[in-house]
Amino acid sequence: MVENEFALQMQDITKRFPGVLANDRISLDCKKGEVMGLLGENGAGKTTLMNVLYGLHQPDGGKILIDGKEVQITSPSAAIHYGIGMVHQHFKLVDTLTALENIVLGMPTKKAFLDLAPARERLMQLSDEYGLHVDPDTEIWRLPVGQQQWVEILKSLYRDAKILVLDEPTAVLAPAESDQLCQAIHRLTEEGRSIIFISHKLREVMEITDRVTIIRDGKYIGTIQTKEATQLKLAQMMVGRPVSIVRQPRPVIEKKEPILVMKDVNANDDRGVQALKNFNLTVNAGEIVGVAGVDGNGQRELSECISGLRKLTSGSITVKGKQVTDVVADPSFIGFIPEDRQKTGLVMDFSVAENLIIKDYYKEPYAKKNILHHPVIKKHAKELIEKYNIKTPSGDVKVRNLSGGNQQKVIIARELDAEPVLDVASQPTRGLDMGAVANVHDILLKERNRGAAILFISAELQEVMALSDRIIVLFRGEVMGVLDGDKADASTIGQMMLGQSPEVAI
Amino acid sequence: MSFDLIIDWLQATLRWSAPLLLVSIGEVFAERSGIINMGIEGIMLSGALCGIAICYLTKSVTLAVLVTLLLGAVLGMGVAYLTVSRRTNQVVTGLMINMLALGATDLLFGLLSGSRHVRVATFPTLFPKSFHSIPVVGKILFQQPVSTWVAFILPFLAALVLYRTTWGLNVRSVGDNPQAAATAGLSVIKIKYQTVILSGIFAALGGCVLTLGEVGYFASGGMTGGRGFIVMAAVVVGGWDPLRTAAACIIFGAADAAQLRFQAVGSVIPYQFLQMLPYVITVISLTIMVKRSRVPKTWGAAYDPEDV
Repeated sequence: MVENEFALQMQDITKRFPGVLANDRISLDCKKGEVMGLLGENGAGKTTLMNVLYGLHQPDGGKILIDGKEVQITSPSAAIHYGIGMVHQHFKLVDTLTALENIVLGMPTKKAFLDLAPARERLMQLSDEYGLHVDPDTEIWRLPVGQQQWVEILKSLYRDAKILVLDEPTAVLAPAESDQLCQAIHRLTEEGRSIIFISHKLREVMEITDRVTIIRDGKYIGTIQTKEATQLKLAQMMVGRPVSIVRQPRPVIEKKEPILVMKDVNANDDRGVQALKNFNLTVNAGEIVGVAGVDGNGQRELSECISGLRKLTSGSITVKGKQVTDVVADPSFIGFIPEDRQKTGLVMDFSVAENLIIKDYYKEPYAKKNILHHPVIKKHAKELIEKYNIKTPSGDVKVRNLSGGNQQKVIIARELDAEPVLDVASQPTRGLDMGAVANVHDILLKERNRGAAILFISAELQEVMALSDRIIVLFRGEVMGVLDGDKADASTIGQMMLGQSPEVAI
Repeated sequence: MSFDLIIDWLQATLRWSAPLLLVSIGEVFAERSGIINMGIEGIMLSGALCGIAICYLTKSVTLAVLVTLLLGAVLGMGVAYLTVSRRTNQVVTGLMINMLALGATDLLFGLLSGSRHVRVATFPTLFPKSFHSIPVVGKILFQQPVSTWVAFILPFLAALVLYRTTWGLNVRSVGDNPQAAATAGLSVIKIKYQTVILSGIFAALGGCVLTLGEVGYFASGGMTGGRGFIVMAAVVVGGWDPLRTAAACIIFGAADAAQLRFQAVGSVIPYQFLQMLPYVITVISLTIMVKRSRVPKTWGAAYDPEDV
């Protein structure tokens, strides 16, 4: 064995947070020129492990070897010094600075004055070399997310990173951009650089990586050669039990009572650009209508219009014959699972119990004469925690401290427990791990069978196909086509998602 | 209003703006790095007394300025320790410093001299006497003490530092996204300390200029009269930009100078209302400007390096 075959070895890394053992003797190594996958569900400890590697957290045990030599990584600058580059899941870019300024930020220099000319040249060179093109003089907030990712990667390459960590890099990328990323990864490994590729998406792990390390609940499960793995095997190692997304049999519901009726709806997005164009849609009771489409084609505006959060410029929306004119805060009427659960769905610093009554807090029995009645609120929380299997020590715990899947369960419990006539679920499984996704699917299917009308918006085509009775494809605020959920096939939908009309597609 | 009065007003505008300008420079940097140093009012007051006291004791204006700068740095370091390292609430910390300074300066001033009328030498003028008699500009510009000149040049230098130097880029990034700055390898804590200490230094210097720039005496009972707070408003009105903040300071300075002129001339409006002028302008301009400014993203928020 060559002495320096490994670019990186992390051995028995342990990291404790108050009350949590985030990493329990986890080992990970990466050879030179290799793409190493790090697979695990959300909350398994992937990000913590990488933050330890990048010097953002100090490990409580274990050691890190770079090129076979043990090192102490006490800060990000130390990590950079050892040739580690990291692209965080949530980008660490300063929005108000330009791409170029972000790239030179923190670079050691002897010059007091900024001299961006040589940096610009180097950046252009790197851009060309890896096919990651960005405009150096555009402020970050003006760049599309995909390009922000390029900036992050170029930032690491600018620092000549030998080991590049990519934390869930494809979450924000369109398919074409993902291909670009793959090509860049190939170029990097050809040069002998190592990539640590963090993901919970099995398909891309299978496609991109050479080996995979799987962790679960902060513990090391195993490392296998990707060639010898199957998606099923990886899934089992990751979740600890078999799971898959398949279309489940469902009872036929005959009654076709139209619940949600949208007629010629037009609406603008936050910037005042038209987001929905002459949009017509009917969702019947006992039916799941799935909305497929690339993110940002009007999905958010659609869900906000229905829940009354966004004003229409023209057209009408009725729910069970009632006109939606203002915010609907009655969960027995519309259950709304918003796209961004942390910003719109929950008050992160409120307790689980408080979040569960956030739409009813002023009503009896939770409040009497404007005074909150805590025993009732607690009892209510306890019931829902049990009923929806929310994993929390108690209802008094801040929602912030729950995992993403359990945060979503809190929202679902609040929105759906009153049995609304219409459920609007906007990206309800985004960022959730497989177990939690299956849970959300089960609940929505139960809602359908109960007789609720369900609008299910998701950017994940697979789950739209698995769950929907009807599928509409959204492209630039217009319905590109309507398909039967049983008969739809991915390639037709995929083409419609890119704006090709069904005649051409078929 | 006579011609002479206008000349006199312009001259006073420059003079009254000088302390505000100096204080604002440091505050812009502190707030750009995310820390609101609300203690500048108190530090300014301390600087005002320190300047007088050292000048009175040593008869040296130079020494007075140097000691004041040192005092500002120490007080700034104190604010930095509390707000950056201990992550205390920045508003409460500022209020505490201000109240402490108000009491301490009065006490020390009382101890310094039995007489309430300590008068000391003031800053020299930059230009020889022969320039002073030049019509108009002689009075407005050349009779100004050296401090006024410094105060009007420094904002340009501050803008240069903030926008054109590596350190300026670091400061801006720390205030907008400290996590990003930290991941890029910067020491966020260190940079915040630097800017807050800078704000202390400039606040003390501003106070010193208030007393040694013209009047040469200290008045107990808080002679800064809320100028530190006016600077904080100016920083917001100026959108955290050194030059626009300077412009706001000059407007407040002009209002201050104007109300004094009006009082001297005598008017039908009771002088209490005239005294309100700079503060009223502050409130009005804040109301108009606040929405338009781009606030540093982590303005006033505590930064926890473990929070990633």
